[in-house]
Amino acid sequence: MLNSKGRPTGAGSAQGETFQTISGDRGLDHEEALIFELGRPGMTGVDFPQSQISESRLGGQRRQAPIGLPGLSEPEVVRHYVRLSRKNYAIDSGLYPLGSCTMKHNPRLNEKMARLPGFADVHPLQPQKTVQGALALISELMRWLTTLTGMHTVAMSPKAGAHGELCGLLAIRAAIEARGETRKRILVPQSAHGTNPATAALAGFTVDEVPATADGHVDADALEAKLGPDVAAIMLTNPNTCGLFEPRILEMANAVHAAGAYFYCDGANFNAIAGRVRPGDLGVDAMHINLHKTFSTPHGGGGPGAGPVVLSKALAPFAPLPLLTHDENGFHYVEHHDDVKAGRAPFGRMSAFHGQMGMFVRALSYMLSHGADGIRQASEDAVLSANYVLASLKDVMSAPFGEGPCMHEALFDDSFLEGTGVTTLDFAKAMIDEGYHPMTMYFPLVVHGAMLIEPTESESKESLDRFIHVLRTLAEEAKVGNTSRFEGAPHLAPRRRLDETLAARKPVLRWKEAAPVPVAAAAE
Amino acid sequence: MRYHPLTPTDRADMLAKIGAPDVNALFRDVPKEAIVSRAKFDLPDTKGELDVERILSRFSAQSTAAGAVPFFCGAGAYRHHVPASVDHLIQRSEFLTSYTPYQPEIAQGTLQYLFEFQTQVALLTGMEVANASMYDGSTAAAEAVLMAQRLTRRKKAILSGGVHPHYAETIETVAALQGEVIRAPVTPGEAEDIAAMIDDSTACVVVQSPDVFGLIRNLRPIAEAAHAKGALLIAVCTEIVSLGLLESPGAQGADIVAAEGQSIGNSLNFGGPYVGLFATREKFLRQMPGRICGETVDAEGRRGYVLTLSTREQHIRREKATSNICTNSGLCCLAFTIHLSLLGEEGLTRLSRLNHATASALADRLIKIPGVDLITPAFFNEFTLRLPKSAAEIVDQLVDENIIAGVPASRLLPNDPNATNLLIIAATETTSEDDCATFAQALAGAL
Repeated sequence: MLNSKGRPTGAGSAQGETFQTISGDRGLDHEEALIFELGRPGMTGVDFPQSQISESRLGGQRRQAPIGLPGLSEPEVVRHYVRLSRKNYAIDSGLYPLGSCTMKHNPRLNEKMARLPGFADVHPLQPQKTVQGALALISELMRWLTTLTGMHTVAMSPKAGAHGELCGLLAIRAAIEARGETRKRILVPQSAHGTNPATAALAGFTVDEVPATADGHVDADALEAKLGPDVAAIMLTNPNTCGLFEPRILEMANAVHAAGAYFYCDGANFNAIAGRVRPGDLGVDAMHINLHKTFSTPHGGGGPGAGPVVLSKALAPFAPLPLLTHDENGFHYVEHHDDVKAGRAPFGRMSAFHGQMGMFVRALSYMLSHGADGIRQASEDAVLSANYVLASLKDVMSAPFGEGPCMHEALFDDSFLEGTGVTTLDFAKAMIDEGYHPMTMYFPLVVHGAMLIEPTESESKESLDRFIHVLRTLAEEAKVGNTSRFEGAPHLAPRRRLDETLAARKPVLRWKEAAPVPVAAAAE
Repeated sequence: MRYHPLTPTDRADMLAKIGAPDVNALFRDVPKEAIVSRAKFDLPDTKGELDVERILSRFSAQSTAAGAVPFFCGAGAYRHHVPASVDHLIQRSEFLTSYTPYQPEIAQGTLQYLFEFQTQVALLTGMEVANASMYDGSTAAAEAVLMAQRLTRRKKAILSGGVHPHYAETIETVAALQGEVIRAPVTPGEAEDIAAMIDDSTACVVVQSPDVFGLIRNLRPIAEAAHAKGALLIAVCTEIVSLGLLESPGAQGADIVAAEGQSIGNSLNFGGPYVGLFATREKFLRQMPGRICGETVDAEGRRGYVLTLSTREQHIRREKATSNICTNSGLCCLAFTIHLSLLGEEGLTRLSRLNHATASALADRLIKIPGVDLITPAFFNEFTLRLPKSAAEIVDQLVDENIIAGVPASRLLPNDPNATNLLIIAATETTSEDDCATFAQALAGAL
């Protein structure tokens, strides 16, 4: 694009788009082959001596064929992965407004602490008297989690949010069985995360959907009407996925308990209320806490997470193995059913060992840094920032439930794009060209073309203002018909829009060595 | 608070724009009785970095790090050397602080390494396809059983007695909900006749090799027996470095491989985070759980990568999904991928030979002690000894001599009287000649 004086107006201008390089690389943006297409046989980036081995102890099971791994030196491997890293957007490089994901700042202190040898270099099965510090740390984190949530205890072994959901539902299942009852139905609101119904089905329950009201809340009347002697639990996200606190939460919890069912809370949105509201006071029986959301352990491109589950007094006896106990001899992990004290009946085991220790250290480091006052300030700032975004955009974008205050995320739908030819997807992809990661799109399912923005407490006002300016301008451009920037966006990312249909129709899920070209064909 | 950029003035300006008198007004939907004051939380206030470091370093100092003593624990988690460049690269902001690659145009870094990871896992396990990781080996094994139950429409899973008991309990916890899980008797140092247990109602048989005692199993006859009855063979592997030296489960006829990838690229971390490896045959692809990365092209025809086949997953299929899994082990699979790229064919071969040679030399040294028997004739880097005394007591005693002697089998099988005197011992490239000599001398002294 040229200005009135004929000068290019910026990157991606006419000249930039057509400029061809000799290498195919473009400045700092390098094309990078797969690791399997690099290197040469026999090369390695790790030096080990050759060892003499005898076949006699291999049980006749020695590998017969080579594996097929490439050989590269260390500098080649380092360059390869550094180049790949530069193709990623990250919270460290910009605002990451993914609703429901809580992309907040990941303090590097936490990384340093997680690498201390007393946490990173201890084995899950070394004698318990040699890991007292690691157990004490877990105990201290449990104290923070139960205090912040007002709950009775916490099961530490679940490895992610969905794994925590499974843990909570299995505790509920065990509690119902212990009462000599069978209850098969779980109520799940329409607005729930997909993991909720998936987990309920995995735990052997049937899913019954509760509708939403026109103002974005769970329909409490419909919920109460669905309660009955076959309902095991309700799985509710609060604040919900529309970014709203459920005002009738206490009433719903009471009705659920009166019907003999349990209240599972999806804790994905705990960042809105941590330090100010205790789920235990809301009647919650079980809630997973995504340490990788609320307590800043890095998302790492999709994991690892950690999903400890806080439990009410009613569900505490059913917490899974291992159980952490403390007596005059110090801390002790109870690992087997036979060692469990009377009154406790663990439903089983969620994974081989104790849970995501590396994430526990990072989360406790975050909590100690913040303190209870800092955690409260974080949730206030997260809610304030989301409301600021909502208030600043609701006149140009459409906020389906925009009248009242929201919690830590602001929800918009696509009605402001009606008739423009621009879709939610186009709008999101245009944000990429502006240097932003898009918001969560098409979720929750209860509004059309949803755009869910969660700025978190980590953004300065200047950063929010710049973001708001970009979104306002994009919305205005779409409305006045300046839609070229949306068509086929993004234009300036390492890749243009990718063909997801092709990927699913003809799955290519691994590199394969190209078939050798027949000699005759090669000669032609 | 150093992590919060908003100033009091900013907050006041933002409230003015919102039209709210104070921040409490934004929480108006919260029932008043549910709002608690700062005083309700018996927790300390904000601390600077220095104070936090002091507190956490004290916790760290109260444990014995594996690297500080002669160390011989395995049984599902192994201490290997991780090259410095691995930990440096995974801490690049662009890898560490990005989300799941739902916007592929600005996540090609993550997607390409996932594609490389899937390829590496498929090659190592000898399978056709692999997913982009599970939480760990045990949860991968549980998902494998659920997948086999779906594929065969049969309920019964038979677990070998050599499957790590914690894996077996993890599998039971989820797979017994809507199916049946049968555990074969534990036969330390021997392969049970599991083929005889397979019948027409068997969905799958789960066999670990090397097994929890370190014994290398021959999967071929089990695969044949399972296939003859229409059942699937799930191969479990907790020490993935072994596949540098041993025949892959795929080559032996496994239908699904569920493995722990911690040994490559990841520290012990007291049990997590680790990285579950999951691989299967192409024909079973649509029932495979977890995220999958696939190759495609962009609008200009350039090669690129996306998450694909998501119609199996919970965010699309909800209660009809193949699994409820959402988060995987992204950064741990990156560590795995980088470390394995550094090793390459040559490095992994050398590493695996070195592991076997070290463990073999240690076994030779220890069985010279009177009364000590090696019960695992074939092993990789881990073997089991029968001692003349309780192994738990010996391990406890050697802690006082600053030696962590291994995992007593009774830690995993407390009710099995045959396990009392069994000690499971692992040695890797990190085990020195001195470590082995110190251990042998102390063990001889303790017996």
